[in-house]
Amino acid sequence: MRNTTTLGLTAALALSVSATAVWAENIKIAFIDPLSGPFASTGTNGLHQYEFAAQTMVNDKGGVLEGDMFEIVPFDNKVSPKESLIQLQVAIDQGIRFVAQGNSSGVAHAITEAVEKHNKRNPDSRVLFLNYAAVDPALTNDKCNFWHFRFDANADIKMDALTDVMAENEDIAKVYIIGQDYSFGKAVAAAAVANLGEKRPDIEIVGNELHPIGKVKDFTPYARKVIASEADAVITGNWGSDMLGLGKAIIENGFSGPIYTYYAAGSGMTGAFGETGKGAIRLVSEGQVNPPPTDEAKAYYEAFLAKYPDGNIDQARISNVIGMLAQAINEAGTATDVVAVANALEGMEYDSMWGTKIYMRPNDHQAIQNLHINAHTDEGVTFDYDNSGFGVVSESMIEMAGMDSPSTCDMKRP
Amino acid sequence: MDLILVNLIDGLVTGLLLFMLSAGLTLIFSMMGVLNFAHASFYMLGAYFAYQISLYLGFWMGLLIAPVIVGIAGAGVERYGLRRVHQYGHVPELIFTFGLALLIEEIVQFIWGKNQMPYSPPEILQFTLFSIAGNAIPAYKIFMICMSMGIFISLLFVLTRTRVGMVIQAALSYPKTVEALGHNVPLVFMGVFGVGTALAGVAGVIAGPVLGTFPGMAFLLGSIVFVTIVIGGLGSLWGALVASLLIGWITTFAASYNVAMADILMAVGFEQPIDLSESAWRDLWSLTLPQIGPILPYLLMVLILVFRPYGLFGKRDV
Amino acid sequence: MTQALHKSTHAPQGGITLASAMPWIISTVVLLVIPFVFTSNSAITIMNQMAITIIFALAYNMLLGQGGMLSFGHAVYMGVGGFMCVHVMNYVEDYSLPLPLPLLPVFGGLFGLGLATIVGSFSTRKAGTVFAMISLGVGELIAACSVIIVVFFGGEEGVSGDRTYGLPFFGVEFLHQIEVYYLIVFWLILSALLMYLFSRTPVGRMANAVRDNPERAEFLGYSARWVRFFSFCASGFFCGVAGGLFAINYEILTEENLNLVQSGSILLITFLGGVGFFFGPIIGAIVFTLLSTVLSLQTELWQLYVGALFLATVMYFPGGLAGVIMMHWPAFRLGNARMLVLPYIKTFIPCLIGILGTAALIEMIFHLRHGAVGDEEMTLFWTTFNVHAVLPWLIAIAITGAAFWLTRRNIPEVVDAWHRANSLPGAAT
Repeated sequence: MRNTTTLGLTAALALSVSATAVWAENIKIAFIDPLSGPFASTGTNGLHQYEFAAQTMVNDKGGVLEGDMFEIVPFDNKVSPKESLIQLQVAIDQGIRFVAQGNSSGVAHAITEAVEKHNKRNPDSRVLFLNYAAVDPALTNDKCNFWHFRFDANADIKMDALTDVMAENEDIAKVYIIGQDYSFGKAVAAAAVANLGEKRPDIEIVGNELHPIGKVKDFTPYARKVIASEADAVITGNWGSDMLGLGKAIIENGFSGPIYTYYAAGSGMTGAFGETGKGAIRLVSEGQVNPPPTDEAKAYYEAFLAKYPDGNIDQARISNVIGMLAQAINEAGTATDVVAVANALEGMEYDSMWGTKIYMRPNDHQAIQNLHINAHTDEGVTFDYDNSGFGVVSESMIEMAGMDSPSTCDMKRP
Repeated sequence: MDLILVNLIDGLVTGLLLFMLSAGLTLIFSMMGVLNFAHASFYMLGAYFAYQISLYLGFWMGLLIAPVIVGIAGAGVERYGLRRVHQYGHVPELIFTFGLALLIEEIVQFIWGKNQMPYSPPEILQFTLFSIAGNAIPAYKIFMICMSMGIFISLLFVLTRTRVGMVIQAALSYPKTVEALGHNVPLVFMGVFGVGTALAGVAGVIAGPVLGTFPGMAFLLGSIVFVTIVIGGLGSLWGALVASLLIGWITTFAASYNVAMADILMAVGFEQPIDLSESAWRDLWSLTLPQIGPILPYLLMVLILVFRPYGLFGKRDV
Repeated sequence: MTQALHKSTHAPQGGITLASAMPWIISTVVLLVIPFVFTSNSAITIMNQMAITIIFALAYNMLLGQGGMLSFGHAVYMGVGGFMCVHVMNYVEDYSLPLPLPLLPVFGGLFGLGLATIVGSFSTRKAGTVFAMISLGVGELIAACSVIIVVFFGGEEGVSGDRTYGLPFFGVEFLHQIEVYYLIVFWLILSALLMYLFSRTPVGRMANAVRDNPERAEFLGYSARWVRFFSFCASGFFCGVAGGLFAINYEILTEENLNLVQSGSILLITFLGGVGFFFGPIIGAIVFTLLSTVLSLQTELWQLYVGALFLATVMYFPGGLAGVIMMHWPAFRLGNARMLVLPYIKTFIPCLIGILGTAALIEMIFHLRHGAVGDEEMTLFWTTFNVHAVLPWLIAIAITGAAFWLTRRNIPEVVDAWHRANSLPGAAT
């Protein structure tokens, strides 16, 4: 306490944080996601996709409005809600009005609430929250607010798409559902049970269980149960090392059916699955990678991979975030009045580079788009992941998935 | 019945793997009286080194060389780090290993990045050895069992039947006397630390392909290794073996059987609330054994420490 | 594990003197004035975080530094206190009870105390490894419960509240960070003072004795176990207060407030600051918060640097940063501090340049390995250059090498000056 010199140093450093607010000419987008720690690879890859999208889709084409450029400002939140809120405050102080975040629904909940409170308490420095990957359905249902826009399909919509495909597969009679023990894992399981019960009542759910998140060292016992249950297909919302561990254990212990997943690609996972995952791993995602649907998408991928040879375009929606934000700013004619930008985003129909439409549903701010069920394979792969020769190839497509999905959102508009 | 047999084998694999880590850790503890927090980090280093070597020389050379490098690194840490911190007491030593664990994780990320490494078992072991009721037992698992059994037996042999082993055992109990007899005790300490970390390295080499090689692998296993040696009794090799197998089987069986809390509660005589979503106890009612499986060892440890502070086989207080 | 590495402060016993009150008065004034110097919200947010960490670290040091008990699961007391506070906040809002917000941390403290009483009743029976491992086990169990027991802990998204409930407290609605800052500062000063006074009570003194030699303390007629138990409960209370302040500041608590990472980092913070001195954890909390918020904006590798800093501290300065500062106290008392200034400047400036140079080299290697193709330019220390060129590497290596060479050369001078400064005038050198 008696150490005033340390305080002085503190002060000087804290000042340097706020001093960067001076040059605010570009339209800045705060990218608040993990850049260090266990999820850093996902975060860093996402940042590259943002920077690339901002550069090629906006800045190289002359910017928005009267030549204003997009600038992505990275903030490392270490996937911690607490750190995210600190970085959000730093970002707001720098005059940033657009916040992008995606990894972890827990963090997204913290940010969306903080943004809502901030906008209520500080009407002169309101911000918009561009959620590009946090898929907890609650964010566009019970906990929705005017400032939050989700560009990824939520967990329910994705499950709707997955079960559409499963329902068509007559070979599936028994399904095993397994997931991580937290809100998202539970949401996936609940959606799977509800959707299957509706579309294929004859499918028997032979297992529905949760395992502790990030604590299981060896998934073999779970794999044994899956095999013992004689399931024909497995559904899981696992991600990260839990996904890889589970997938590998199930396949290596003798399971031969399809494994329907959300996040079994990219960030080294495609490479690590390699040959084992072929013919088994299916995943649902937006934005078709293989085969490239349009020349524009192909050129975009090629340019990205030329710049980041170790990178993956595994979050195609990021380019939609940038594209739609640019269009909304142009329509609103301002980048500082976020209410006008938000109003322009609401109900927007955007033509994506895949030649498809993306519709921002106004009642809950959930983007509606085509979803693809992809297979993990090394055949017909134009753009692989992790430089492994393996990648995802689109097997089937659900047009404007979840267009009529219900929402309990009761949005309060300013 | 068949499933029980399969689970026994799976649990044995987990348990023996844990043993390879806890054996080295417990040796180091009984020698220096310090819990090495960085032990699991050496396990991770083993996996990463072996992966790097296997890219050029194949899996088997990795198995041979990587533990040696890890052992040398471990000995270096003892010589230039721990020995220096030793003079300040046990708490700084423990904190030193804690910091080392953080640093090693960062260095691994710096060199190999944060992704999963595509490190896989050798081709020659990628086949199903036999099946029990449709459950495949990969040959690699049996290889893991043989490998760790072999290490345990040779360790036991060295410790009890050779001159070096005698000196080590004596140095553990009476370092001053052994030094007076003309043995270089610091060298013995360094050697034991090196061998202990090399054992962790071996565990990493053979576990990396099945459990995944990624920067979080040390953290995932780190605290459970402590739990093992505390349950077994600090400083006891047999205790480490028994506790490792116990934990291996507990976690395997807990994950395998969906014992639901609701069944237990109803058997005891409670009535399930009709509308579960409104009940304050809903989480208790929906609890299942696989949900809490991985935390059972911690529960066991707390109970053991409360009722028997020297562990199952330990002779002195932890 | 109870070996003594700590030296307690030897402040004069008895009444309050101006000299002993001075640090408190100065720091209070500084804390009150500092928001006028750094007015931006982010600076205040960082300071709020700092203040909360300070309380937590001080409470942790009641165990580690003063009681010699190493806890690996201390985050749970802060976390549970915080969770309870959010629940109280929501409850008060739902039923419009007249509970002013500034009193909320008391509830956090009481719940932290309650949990600590329960856990302490069996964990404090032994010190050393038994205590450490029980704390690890209990910490892990409660952290695991946080995702299982959704009713209380809210699962992954945690529980959140709104601090602006109810009536304004003397016209303050706690809408803005600055109002929260003064609330936190009030609690910071109050808790720090109480914790300091606790260390002066017979129990606090006995905690030191039990830490250094439990047997002798027992011979004096004190039960080592109860002394540990009381320290543990008191620590739990202040952790809970910190949790309550966290709840007010962030209005959300999640699983991360309970997990082992949090418990580990508070150990790191406390040790970095110095466990042997009361103000050690304060320095640790300030430095660490700055590193994790400011440095992490500058470089992705900040954890590498923090890890290296931590290791270097343990190896070379087991007294922590506070120990380094207090090392100079004798020289200062002797009036010889001036003698150290010049040698220090001559040695530590090159040393600092050397360290920065090493960091620059690490950053350059990192950029070379992980940077995008074509993105060959990087900016370091306000200089932009091409990483793929040879010249920057040569310059960096040359500067670093020269700086370390200078440092090495000047070390004898520092050692010499150190001895002179610490000897009495006229004594033979």
